[in-house]
Amino acid sequence: MSVLGVTAIVVFGVASVVTGWLVFRTDSMVRAAYWLMASFVGVGAMLVTLDSQFLGLILILMMAGEMTIMAIFMVMYMMNPAGLNPMVMVHQHRTAIAAGVGSFLLLATVALVADFPADPAPAGADPTAELGFELLGRSMLVFESAGVALLAVMIGAVAVAGKWGRFGDADAGSVEPPLDPEEAAS
Amino acid sequence: MIELILVFSAAIFGIGVYGALSQQSFVMIMMGLELMINATVLAIVVFWWGTTGGDPRGQLLVVVVLAVMAIEAAMGFALVTAVYRARKADITEKLKRLRN
Repeated sequence: MSVLGVTAIVVFGVASVVTGWLVFRTDSMVRAAYWLMASFVGVGAMLVTLDSQFLGLILILMMAGEMTIMAIFMVMYMMNPAGLNPMVMVHQHRTAIAAGVGSFLLLATVALVADFPADPAPAGADPTAELGFELLGRSMLVFESAGVALLAVMIGAVAVAGKWGRFGDADAGSVEPPLDPEEAAS
Repeated sequence: MIELILVFSAAIFGIGVYGALSQQSFVMIMMGLELMINATVLAIVVFWWGTTGGDPRGQLLVVVVLAVMAIEAAMGFALVTAVYRARKADITEKLKRLRN
């Protein structure tokens, strides 16, 4: 890989990690969605640098749409979406930090210690065309299965989120239940 | 180079683990899960790039993971909507009881 490529990988890698960390450091949930999108853009740029242009651009486009929807959900449902007040909404904080740092150290150690085979993709090949032939050739069943799974999820998501519930209108139950069990029973 | 990119991937994965375990808001938990899948995509692509001789099945695995990412987001948003309809809940602490 050229010096320019290595520089791009380092810059985009550091940017992805920093923006990923900022997701959980900002008060505004909408800003958190866009920091996450920035992290995805960094990873997408790394994919493009690694000769995987199609997947990199697909990742960026897909995440741009998803994060916009996520920002809308933040405004719809979550408190303090604009981050006008300082807010810390965390639980089991030390355990979470230990799990995050532990998983990073474990995976990074494996990455640095393991002996990976060196068999790089040949220069001058067209990975996008090869992926297209693979998707519509011998791996078409995988491609079709992913499509059917997405269709099933679309139907399931509408069924779960619909206004109608199994026992009538879902909004009819949108009152927080009382904490006293006897009061709830009555 | 593979090792360096895998360390970046591990860092993003670790941040995702922290977010998924520490956040109270449902959507913020989903963001942690998304970061973990993001790190997985990066690791798969670097393995495809550096160790498989350009076998397109490596990229195919990324397509499958992207489908999983879309499924996770769609079902996550649907469940957030369903829980809000039923309980007016937007954080995990409001769902300590399964009854009612």
